[in-house]
Amino acid sequence: MSTDLRDLYQQVIVDHSKRPRNFRPLEGANRKVEGYNPLCGDKFTIYVKIENDVIADVSFEGSGCAISTASASLLTESLKGKTLAGAEALFESFHNLLTGLEPAAEAPRLGKLAVFSGVCDYPTRVKCATLAWHTLRAALKGEGEKVCTE
Amino acid sequence: MSTRAEIVSALDVRRVHEDFPALRQIVHGHPLVYLDNAATAQKPQVVLDALMQFYTHDCANVHRGVHLLSERSTAAYEGARETVRGFLNAADAREIVFTHGATESINLVAQTYGRANLQAGDEILITGLEHHSNIVPWQMLAAEKGAFLRVAPIDDRGEVVLEKFEELLGPRTKMVALAHVSNALGTINPVRKMIEMAHGVGAVALIDGAQAAPHLKVDVRDLDCDFYAFSGHKVFGPTGIGVLYGKARLLEAMPPWQGGGDMIRSVTFEKTIYNDPPYKFEAGTPHIAGAIGLAAAIEYVTAIGLEPIAAWEHDLLVYGAEALAQVPGVRLIGTAREKAAVLSFVLDGVHAHDVSTILDRQGIAIRAGHHCAQPVMERFGVTATSRASLAFYNTRQEIDALVEGLGKVKEIFE
Repeated sequence: MSTDLRDLYQQVIVDHSKRPRNFRPLEGANRKVEGYNPLCGDKFTIYVKIENDVIADVSFEGSGCAISTASASLLTESLKGKTLAGAEALFESFHNLLTGLEPAAEAPRLGKLAVFSGVCDYPTRVKCATLAWHTLRAALKGEGEKVCTE
Repeated sequence: MSTRAEIVSALDVRRVHEDFPALRQIVHGHPLVYLDNAATAQKPQVVLDALMQFYTHDCANVHRGVHLLSERSTAAYEGARETVRGFLNAADAREIVFTHGATESINLVAQTYGRANLQAGDEILITGLEHHSNIVPWQMLAAEKGAFLRVAPIDDRGEVVLEKFEELLGPRTKMVALAHVSNALGTINPVRKMIEMAHGVGAVALIDGAQAAPHLKVDVRDLDCDFYAFSGHKVFGPTGIGVLYGKARLLEAMPPWQGGGDMIRSVTFEKTIYNDPPYKFEAGTPHIAGAIGLAAAIEYVTAIGLEPIAAWEHDLLVYGAEALAQVPGVRLIGTAREKAAVLSFVLDGVHAHDVSTILDRQGIAIRAGHHCAQPVMERFGVTATSRASLAFYNTRQEIDALVEGLGKVKEIFE
């Protein structure tokens, strides 16, 4: 097994892709947005329940590759209980990690999300890891019903 | 049916492999195994040489200058048209229009023949295995004209259901547009018979030959198709050049598409008289180098012979299908009885993009996704497939590498 492949497909990612957490519609959600990548067909719906600027609960449904599914799953775990500002800050750190900007500096802020550090070596897969996040941001901003990433 | 020994001796794959410089490279530490030929094929040295020769010595615009370079350039460009005519066995080089690719060829027919001849309530018939490029131009035309798009369904093997196809043909059918070979499944449509059926109701038949031209002997007169479209880059030629064959009497009657230089006979501010086909459809400076490179590619492929190529690829296809069937969890999508060398498959529990990434790191290039054929994916209840598409420079050893690569995919996802 080449080691760099394991850098991308870390055990946590494989686990979350096979058994995604919070994988269900969310009762009482007050935001719902569908994210879609027309180039590869990955499609997720993110449900968010916001109470007083705090993400009280978040879940998702849909289908995609291991990277996009695990990313959506870990997103839901990471954001529950975060304020909207906290979610935005986390997105920025996550994005910096994926694009190779100071990955080491970002890792401590990201907790479990640091497992995606290998993605920056696979430029074609960055969009997989960010699909759920772009969708979530659209949901938080109350933008439309659909977002696309390519 | 040839024996394997006969097939092997008819095509010297090692020598052929040497002809393609791009194949002699290391990718992620492994020798490149290029199995994405349905997306685009690699180019033999003779094509690269033809491009270099043109730009180094003969570069001038065509049909204009009286100087030597323009003469050479025009002779090479028109020579390329004659080479394409021979390749398709068209009756006349005036029936060969150079375009940017199969997509543009289809759009040209939709926007000229289609606009001039379709009316509200008319029908356009396609099949369930078409590439988006043979769906969308017809949808656009139908929307503009108030016409209807009809779709002949495919069965579980990925073959068009001919009885349904026949049922959908009727007096309102004006245009029938069919893939010769499916890009996503490899199915070879019985186009000769389908064209005959289309003509039976007075419809005009366009064949999207993008996936057929690299693999099958195409004879437009034997098929009796009205239009035939293909792309240069899939027949080992340059990108950005394609061909539209059209029967002379149709091309003559069709209005032009784009206006500009070369497509006119005379221009005044009051009135423009259009040139004859094919020039009527080639506004502006064409892709001269592309046409010349395409001719070099066609000469190369023809010298090897489309029959040995088809036999070699069929042998690889059978070998590959059997090898993949041995891999637990692999399901082939597209098992038509008449099939070109496309192995589309899904692997249980692993998304096609992950398969593709892991194979890439082992030097194996395949395509993952919906292959610009989303209705085909929907028909088979999948969002994406992994697709290994073969060319005559591929080998059984490369199929073995693919199977071994899939072992590593499973290892990661255990």
